[in-house]
Amino acid sequence: MSTQTAPALVLKSGPEAKAFLAEVDAMAATQVEACYQCGKCSGGCPLSYAMDYQPRQIMRLVQMGLREEALRSRTIWICATCYTCTARCPRDIDIAGVMDALRVKALRRGLRPAERNVGVFHQVFLDYVRCLGRSYELGLMLVYKLRTLRLTEDLLLGLKMFKRGKLAVRPEASRGRDEVLAIFREAAAGDAGAAAGGATGGTGAEAAGPAGGTRSGEAKGGGAR
Amino acid sequence: MTEEPLRYAYYPGCSLHSTAREYDLSMKVVARAAGVELLEIPDWNCCGASSAHVTDPFLGFALPGRVLALAEEMGLDVVAPCAACYGRLAAAREEAARHPDYVRRLEKATGRRLSGSSRVWNVLEWLSQERVSAAVREALKRPLEGLAVAPYYGCLLVRPPKVTRFDDPERPVTMDRILETIGAVPVDFAFKTECCGASLGISRTDLVSELSGRILAAAADAGAEAVAVACPLCQTNLDSRQEAAGLRQGRTFDLPVYYITQLVGLALGASARELGLGRHLVDAMSLLREKKLA
Amino acid sequence: MKRVGVFLCWCGSNIAGTVDVSRVAEKVRLLPGVVYVEENKYTCSEPGQASIMKAIKEHDLERVVVASCSPRLHEPTFRRTLEAAGMNPYHLEMANIREHCSWVHTDREEATAKAFDIVRMAVAKALRNEALQPGRISIEKKALVLGGGIAGIQAALDIADAGHQVILVEREPTIGGRMAQFDKTFPTLDCSSCILTPKMVDCAKHPNITLYTYSELEKVEGYIGNFNVTIRKKARGVDEALCTGCGLCQTKCPVKVDSEFDVGVGKRKAIYTPFPQAVPNKPVIDKENCRYHKTGKCRICERVCEAKAIRFDQEDTIFEEKVGAIVVATGFDLFDLEAYGEYGYGLYPDVISSLQFERLINASGPTEGKIRRPSDQEVPQSVAFVLCVGSRDDQKGVSYCSRACCMYSVKHATQYREKVKDGRAFVFYMDIRTPGKAYEEFYRRSSVDYGVEYIRGRPSKIYQKGKKLVVRAEDTLLGRPVEVEVDMVVLAPAMVPKHDAARMAQTLGVSYDGYGFLNEAHPKLRPVETNTAGIYLAGACQGPKDIPDTVAQASAAGAKVVALFSQDELTTEPMVARVDEALCSGCLWCKPVCPYKAIEAKTVTERVAGRTVTREVASVNVGLCQGCGACTVACRDGAMNLAGYTNDQVLAEVDDLLADLRPACGQR
Repeated sequence: MSTQTAPALVLKSGPEAKAFLAEVDAMAATQVEACYQCGKCSGGCPLSYAMDYQPRQIMRLVQMGLREEALRSRTIWICATCYTCTARCPRDIDIAGVMDALRVKALRRGLRPAERNVGVFHQVFLDYVRCLGRSYELGLMLVYKLRTLRLTEDLLLGLKMFKRGKLAVRPEASRGRDEVLAIFREAAAGDAGAAAGGATGGTGAEAAGPAGGTRSGEAKGGGAR
Repeated sequence: MTEEPLRYAYYPGCSLHSTAREYDLSMKVVARAAGVELLEIPDWNCCGASSAHVTDPFLGFALPGRVLALAEEMGLDVVAPCAACYGRLAAAREEAARHPDYVRRLEKATGRRLSGSSRVWNVLEWLSQERVSAAVREALKRPLEGLAVAPYYGCLLVRPPKVTRFDDPERPVTMDRILETIGAVPVDFAFKTECCGASLGISRTDLVSELSGRILAAAADAGAEAVAVACPLCQTNLDSRQEAAGLRQGRTFDLPVYYITQLVGLALGASARELGLGRHLVDAMSLLREKKLA
Repeated sequence: MKRVGVFLCWCGSNIAGTVDVSRVAEKVRLLPGVVYVEENKYTCSEPGQASIMKAIKEHDLERVVVASCSPRLHEPTFRRTLEAAGMNPYHLEMANIREHCSWVHTDREEATAKAFDIVRMAVAKALRNEALQPGRISIEKKALVLGGGIAGIQAALDIADAGHQVILVEREPTIGGRMAQFDKTFPTLDCSSCILTPKMVDCAKHPNITLYTYSELEKVEGYIGNFNVTIRKKARGVDEALCTGCGLCQTKCPVKVDSEFDVGVGKRKAIYTPFPQAVPNKPVIDKENCRYHKTGKCRICERVCEAKAIRFDQEDTIFEEKVGAIVVATGFDLFDLEAYGEYGYGLYPDVISSLQFERLINASGPTEGKIRRPSDQEVPQSVAFVLCVGSRDDQKGVSYCSRACCMYSVKHATQYREKVKDGRAFVFYMDIRTPGKAYEEFYRRSSVDYGVEYIRGRPSKIYQKGKKLVVRAEDTLLGRPVEVEVDMVVLAPAMVPKHDAARMAQTLGVSYDGYGFLNEAHPKLRPVETNTAGIYLAGACQGPKDIPDTVAQASAAGAKVVALFSQDELTTEPMVARVDEALCSGCLWCKPVCPYKAIEAKTVTERVAGRTVTREVASVNVGLCQGCGACTVACRDGAMNLAGYTNDQVLAEVDDLLADLRPACGQR
């Protein structure tokens, strides 16, 4: 939970508080305002025990326009997108989709994911996809371990997998990788557009953030450096 | 129904070329035995897995979108054995209908058109369709009698239900039926569709061990001797984290985690080698030998 | 030209907040025929109506236009005003500038322009309005009540007590309905049977009530005051006149099946009365399970029956009745709990429904009131009660609140704690809704005096672990996921329309909502009437209700029927279709489009060029016609006209609206 110094959480009463809700709704193509806080999402979430905010509370943060709390939460990075919440929500809110929207917004904003390792993982994963058109599991593991300085964790496991031929030594590249690179570039360009003009995804609120957040499509958006 | 052989665009995805080679092998064994042609999509690319859609919505759409476009060029439906790939492809097909601007941007970047004409099949749908299951029934050589298997569906085969439109998201039965077809005993358990932790398998191993442990415990307590899966990530998490999961649960698990296609292949008489059964971390052979199935 | 007075209503700020009424008034003043214009803050109020009457006299008005709300709301009001001023009430024309304008627009300029258009059209039509005279029809002072639950029983008794004949038709072998299944009623915890069964007996004994159980409505024809209904009395397999209700047949019958009355937690025989206090206390033979019907052998019941009342070959009888009014009290069904795979109903025997729990705690239920869980007949030491299963769920259930579940679950938890002293009762809820007299106090007592524990969170999953059931939820007040292990789970299912509610509505010719609940004529002001005159609603067929509300509505429906029957004749709406026989070609396209079956062919004889010829023309039964106008649209000859909405009058409105556009068209 966020640490609280003021005697009460001051809720913004101006129209800007609604903007965040509208942006998230638009990005996730859902209606977070429908949430009536029943907690069915969080009761069924296999990872809610490890989250700082329950998924239900994330919905509440979005409803109340508490952008910072939502985007800086660990919850959005711990969510494994299993869609249990979405499948069960009695108000038919795509809660997993909202988590996606918040992660994208956090990255566009240049925020470092509150779960650093998760951010690094996604970033390294996408780096390989961007270069090769395909992922490269051995490389992914090695670079991830280097970047997170978790060199010994899973060393034995990695060796075992390697011995059973589960980790291909040589990366495999897709012959379509030029097109894949073009997709990454288009994503980056689109982000820039979204940040500048307020296109489909969200209005320009993120543009105001540091870094303009336009580089996510270039796979550097993990922002974990 | 035509008598032409069933043909599918085959999208193995990255895992089936590395950690899940045995899934790829067994897919092909089953397809051959069932008389189905799997034509691997040329120049396929990674679907982006969860990393793409958490990073950028267009990226999350366009990577699987390109794969779908390639399948459309082949004029075939896609079968995607990896549940995560299946989920991304199915989602991209939905998004294409909702976001014409995404489709335009994909075309701009790749020069490829996407109309949504190719349907996406997951491995369970593909195996349980009438012609394939009939062929399997006919070619059955070694029914897996007495093998108690917990069918573990995980997340992305059944969720989100509005995208997958496949089976009951809470109590799916397709894999249970397939196991019955090959003579095995499906073990109903309460964690069939609970999440194993998915891609947190590398970044938050503690969480994955916990989640996988709950699933394995439920399966073992229900009397399962093995687990069947239809997803490389599920297999990796349940198989490679089994020891750690046992530690967290204060018990020892010894549950081989098979791909459903390995079990079908086995029942069709394929050899352990053909099915890559030696590639598992939790010994996959002892149980089969014990049951005189390999 | 007729002298028209126009009365523009502000409706407080409802209209004036969006429409500049004064500007509309200025423009209306200039319309041809308009000799008087007035604005009122509330035209429907007493001073508003008085002002209309005054203006009629002072300005010799011949037509009146009221620009206010929907005619569905206040047309009858203003017609009475005109009548009181000595004017034919059908010289009124309503211009709806509220629902059709101010409520649905935000732009003041555009709304004001539109309001003027609506008013000018009304003026154009009013100029052509004609005096209409209502007709008169007789009333058959006998009522049909459909459904013998507490709603039907109450309505039937109220009507019968007022001295009118009532036919009470019930589908099941006994009257009593859902309430007969309940143990106790909230918030007083008085015994359900003790307050219901005397009423059931009253029904059976009342000289004015004829009871048809095990019977169904087949067909309804006619109209208010004059319905012809067809009823099928299903074969009971038992001669009711001979049967003494001794029950020996039930004791001896060798076939045991799940009891519908006990919702699967108890058994019954193939010849049975649903429960010992059934009214009538005459059994029926369930042919699907009867051994004799299935195998041709057995006939034990026949042998043991001293009254010789068994009739295996009895057939359904079908008969007709003429009634003046119908009260629909067909009740509700429960939501199919298996739609929630995550709760395990149907998979785990100890996950049961609230109605099953009701049978388990009922002293006359299968366990004689001892709470034993189905799987092993042990007394559960902990029970979880889950609210809103199906209710308030846009994705898997129904969007509405079922209104009674909070209170009966509070009751269940209280009763459980009363019976199992050391047991723990957990209620998983989202909101405990207690909007009734003494309800909140009952809820408070449940936790303070009975120790019921409330957890605010909608459970996400229920699964079996050994002999226990694990309920997973978030305690939303703690903000943490919780797991509770219990011995039994009771799910409170949504109340949903009867499975065949839509078919019933179509048989009756009344409307129903998207769920299948029957529609009242107005949600606030006409809550027990339907849009079909002479048909009234009582109880949960109209929407989820608890017993107090059901009984109140049933008595209201009864009062409506009694009020109807207090007259000897009924005036009929004169706005009905009329055929100009000279124009009618007899094609009868109008006949199939009429939803009220009000059009028939008739043969007319005329002299044409000196010869006598006969031909077919359409003919409207004004008793049945509801004035919907569908036939006028279908008529190719323009022979069909709806009084009060003639082709001429409607086209006058259109012409007036297009008048401004015409030059523009001409220039093209």
